Amino acid sequence: MPLQARIWGCRGSLPTPGEATVRYGGNTPCVEIRTPSGRRLILDAGTGIKRLGADLESDGPVHVLLTHLHLDHVEGLRFFAPFWRPETELHIWGPPSPLHTLEERIARAFSPPLFPLELSDTPADVTFHDVPHETWEIDGVRIDAQAVSHPGPTLGYRLAVNGSSLAYIPDHEPVLGVEMADLGPEWISGHAIAADVDVLLHDCQFSESEYPSRVGWGHSSVAHAVQFAQRAEVGRLVLFHHDPDRSDAGVDRLVERASELWDGTSAVTPVAACEGMTLDVP
Amino acid sequence: MARIEPLGFRSVEGRPQKHLALILARELASQLATATFVADARGELVFYNEPAEEILGRTFAEAGAMPAGGWASQFRLEGLDGAPLPMEEMPAAVALMERRPAHGKIWMTGLDGQRRLVSITAAPLFASPTDFVGVIALFWQEPTMDAD
Repeated sequence: MPLQARIWGCRGSLPTPGEATVRYGGNTPCVEIRTPSGRRLILDAGTGIKRLGADLESDGPVHVLLTHLHLDHVEGLRFFAPFWRPETELHIWGPPSPLHTLEERIARAFSPPLFPLELSDTPADVTFHDVPHETWEIDGVRIDAQAVSHPGPTLGYRLAVNGSSLAYIPDHEPVLGVEMADLGPEWISGHAIAADVDVLLHDCQFSESEYPSRVGWGHSSVAHAVQFAQRAEVGRLVLFHHDPDRSDAGVDRLVERASELWDGTSAVTPVAACEGMTLDVP
Repeated sequence: MARIEPLGFRSVEGRPQKHLALILARELASQLATATFVADARGELVFYNEPAEEILGRTFAEAGAMPAGGWASQFRLEGLDGAPLPMEEMPAAVALMERRPAHGKIWMTGLDGQRRLVSITAAPLFASPTDFVGVIALFWQEPTMDAD
């Protein structure tokens, strides 16, 4: 059985509920991964994790893999139901930082005045892990994490099992001030994480016209997303981290543009992530 | 004991990847008007920018990446007294081998055969307190009667 991914949130930066975002959704990043044995891994803890948490049963350890600690990727953690169950064994994985532990950094968002309770008040059995340097396994899924270009310590993840693979790089500016075409693959941030995967969920926050005034913000234009996916020779590109100002119609236009830019190396043209989307990784 | 490479400085399923700090250092260098070169943790010269090409006497595209022993021998280096400069006294070598910042003024004969007086400031790049990933060096050509 291959991996299966379900999108619970794919909006970037800020939760964006409303009639203009009904189709793609307004919850911030959270992706559920079903392993071949039926267990679940969770990528990021944006507001989408709240609904996922309500759907999770206490049937074993829960693993949450955080790409980074910007609020849109952790703000749902405080409302993640398993956090508040004493029987939960929760493992939170995230990027190392030179100075503070992962627990110390998450505790900042989990304490007054940002939140009424302290992290230590949660009844669940929580263990924080800096991601290891080497490949590790959870429930038979091989996981690699590498630092990618985005302000602050930020990871991209690659998950692989039984010949199927998925990469998740939701916040990423793969090149800064240089042309991707001029670089060898080893010089493109995140390339090794995404290379040859069946499915790539990748940042596509900006249109090509928006990007020039947002260089260095840590996000991709649709052209970056397509070019990165092509350089990595992925099977399918799924556009992710939709700008909070992007309406459903606006996301449709980015998908059309991505399809125009796609060079036909794959029969599968890019699509945009939407809440409720299920992806069977071949 | 197996060496644990720093995060990002390793292959993923056989696919090579430069450390993100090196990637960003290269991108920074490519935007600077100051001559800059970047070497990795092994001392391989992995990039120098256009202003550096003016001083080193050859484009990076022509020269390509050079192993540690290679670039040190390709540029003839002398102290201010004109005596050959031992490799270990070069600011970039100090930053690489002793992992501390270093500054110096030296004579350098580039790949174009021109001898120039240059000031070099080199700094080690640490991605974390224990993850040494390379060196960045900035250099300036100093005005001199002998220099072009």
